[in-house]
Amino acid sequence: MAQDKKGFSHDLIERNTLLLIVLVLITVSIGGLVQIVPLFTIESTIEKVEGVRPYSPLELAGQNIYFREGCYNCHSQQIRPFRDEVERYGHYSLAAESMYDHPFQWGSKRTGPDLARVGGKYSNDWQVAHLVNPRAVVPESIMPTYGWMKDRPLSYGDIADHLKTLKIVGVPYTDEQIANAKADLEAQKNPDGDTAGLTKRYPKAVVANFTGSKTVTEMDALVAYLQVLGTMVDFTKYQSKQLQQ
Amino acid sequence: MTSATLTSGATLGSQRVSEDVRYHEDAIRLFVIAAVFWGVVGFLAGTFIALQLAFPALNLGLEWTSFGRLRPVHTSAVIFAFGGNVLLATSLYSVQRTCRQHLFGGEGLAKFIFWNYNVFIVLAALSYVLGFTQGKEYAEPEWILDLYLTVVWVLYAVQFIGTVMTRRESHIYVANWFFMAFILTVAILHIGNNVNVPVSLFGMKSYTYVSGVQSAMVQWWYGHNAVGFFLTAGFLGIMYYFVPKRAERPVYSYRLSIVHFWTLIFLYIWAGPHHLHYTSLPDWAQTLGMTFSIMLWMPSWGGMINGIMTLSGAWDKLRTDPVLRFLVTSVAFYGMSTFEGPLMSVKPVNALSHYTDWTVGHVHSGALGWVAFISFGAIYYLVPVLWKRSQLYSLRLVSYHFWTATIGIVLYITAMWVSGIMQGLMWRAYDNLGFLQYSFVETVAAMHPFYVIRAMGGVLFVTGALIMVYNLWRTAKGDVRIEKPYVTTPHKATVGAA
Repeated sequence: MAQDKKGFSHDLIERNTLLLIVLVLITVSIGGLVQIVPLFTIESTIEKVEGVRPYSPLELAGQNIYFREGCYNCHSQQIRPFRDEVERYGHYSLAAESMYDHPFQWGSKRTGPDLARVGGKYSNDWQVAHLVNPRAVVPESIMPTYGWMKDRPLSYGDIADHLKTLKIVGVPYTDEQIANAKADLEAQKNPDGDTAGLTKRYPKAVVANFTGSKTVTEMDALVAYLQVLGTMVDFTKYQSKQLQQ
Repeated sequence: MTSATLTSGATLGSQRVSEDVRYHEDAIRLFVIAAVFWGVVGFLAGTFIALQLAFPALNLGLEWTSFGRLRPVHTSAVIFAFGGNVLLATSLYSVQRTCRQHLFGGEGLAKFIFWNYNVFIVLAALSYVLGFTQGKEYAEPEWILDLYLTVVWVLYAVQFIGTVMTRRESHIYVANWFFMAFILTVAILHIGNNVNVPVSLFGMKSYTYVSGVQSAMVQWWYGHNAVGFFLTAGFLGIMYYFVPKRAERPVYSYRLSIVHFWTLIFLYIWAGPHHLHYTSLPDWAQTLGMTFSIMLWMPSWGGMINGIMTLSGAWDKLRTDPVLRFLVTSVAFYGMSTFEGPLMSVKPVNALSHYTDWTVGHVHSGALGWVAFISFGAIYYLVPVLWKRSQLYSLRLVSYHFWTATIGIVLYITAMWVSGIMQGLMWRAYDNLGFLQYSFVETVAAMHPFYVIRAMGGVLFVTGALIMVYNLWRTAKGDVRIEKPYVTTPHKATVGAA
């Protein structure tokens, strides 16, 4: 070492692999621990709001299609507390609204618009027409077409297993919800049937034959998911903070 | 250790034909071939999806070819396939020379890592196209593939660290600190971000253990440090070995290396929340993320200075050695994007830049300018050595590659600056009556010319890579192009002064 002999010398670390490893592990652990651990322990991290419920089985199947198609690559689900965003998309997003998203779908890029509150903004028919060919309804759109999804039967034989898995990771699905998962999924597609159980278990679930098909298709599920996004919280009972910009 | 000892690792390595050490190079050659192959694949995929954004008909209406499924193919191909194979090649090459020891576990383990790492990549890419994804950027592979990668990564750690532990040099060279931090931290990040519960042991689908705001924080702790450790610390390891080697100069400052190393790895980990400004993530976490991102500017530039100033006394080589030009330009791009990053992490700036193409441009100035350029430099250095050729087929072609790629990057990042800042401003523009001035889709339409320019930049970058493939192919064959040589113009005064 060219440095003075007194005090600590880095030389020691350079000669000792295990010491180097241990010091590296300590150094890189601190930041992550400080930022992540408190998010699980500080109660104010997720606001106490009314209305956020686990997804209905059909909405959940739709969210899985949303994951599968990589929608998050171009659409955010996170409205920032800015005047222009609130005017364009609606109330800024709350942490509570994504607490049942495994994983979160806040996104990082808006090649297309934010979808955090797209639920109810357009009709079911518009959503289907738009997914089949976005440019038929929005000529300047650059979104891919998803016509193939319209007639593809949804695979939902294991939907109860999905609810059970989500229960393991903390989504409060009840035994009743799990037992009725398959029936609820089919009920949400059939407005003429008995939907009392479904809407009791999943308030505000949009019941419709979204695509008009006989069997439940993947697009039915996706539209059911889109139509519930951002609609769960009752904002009349929420004290909003001031907008930041 | 003085700079002289540092130099011994850096400059004597491959020339020192050790009597008792036979370096393992078969697997390294495989990694280099894979790196070049995946580089071209990844750049082509990127150019294709860039064209999809300009001309949506290129999504082809098929489920397997939509932007949403191909974008992860592009990102994984360039980061994990191209970048990963470059890191494996360079780290396993340089660790032998800086430790004067052959690979721990031998050629067999290295080849086992090679095949399994690359099979993992193929499976991951196929799985995205077929619609299997965790739904998290840069962490798309489903749980079973995550487990597979974990096994491969542990073997890589064993081989690398084992080699360091059995070294015949007294000191661990600085490049190896960076490689070790990269290997260890990537392991932590990969495991920490992929704690999932599968729906069935016989299916691909799983759900992340954490949700919502916590999953956002964990994801960007992972995501930003995939940049910080995979694409930065690992590639700084390349810088600390290959720049001094190629320039035949010692690393500029030993002390700066130490400061650079510890501050970089300490500060980087904190920067994740700057991806989540103004979101539902609590403000305290956002503020921490911003503060540490700004501090990160200092070690980043310390590293840049250490890399560039290594050329002290050898600046003339930039004119005569296009391979060194790649290496040094990469460090300059590193400096540029590590200045831009802290700037964009400042909340009011981020309010404008976030969700726009500015972020995409920023990533690519780092990915193309820093990561890819230093990789090209290292590959041009390695191929003649590994294939036992006295020189590259053509230095002129290296120069053509350099300029084609550089123009491509400039087109790319300037187009993204303009489109990103423009779109950010359009989103927040109000008219005289106090209404939002533009509908969202008007801002999309305004992006079109810049998406075309960006794709042209991509085409140039791919073209440059193809020039490289040809050059390397002829080099491996043992050909030498008849061309005007680069002449060293004597500038004795400057050389002497340094």
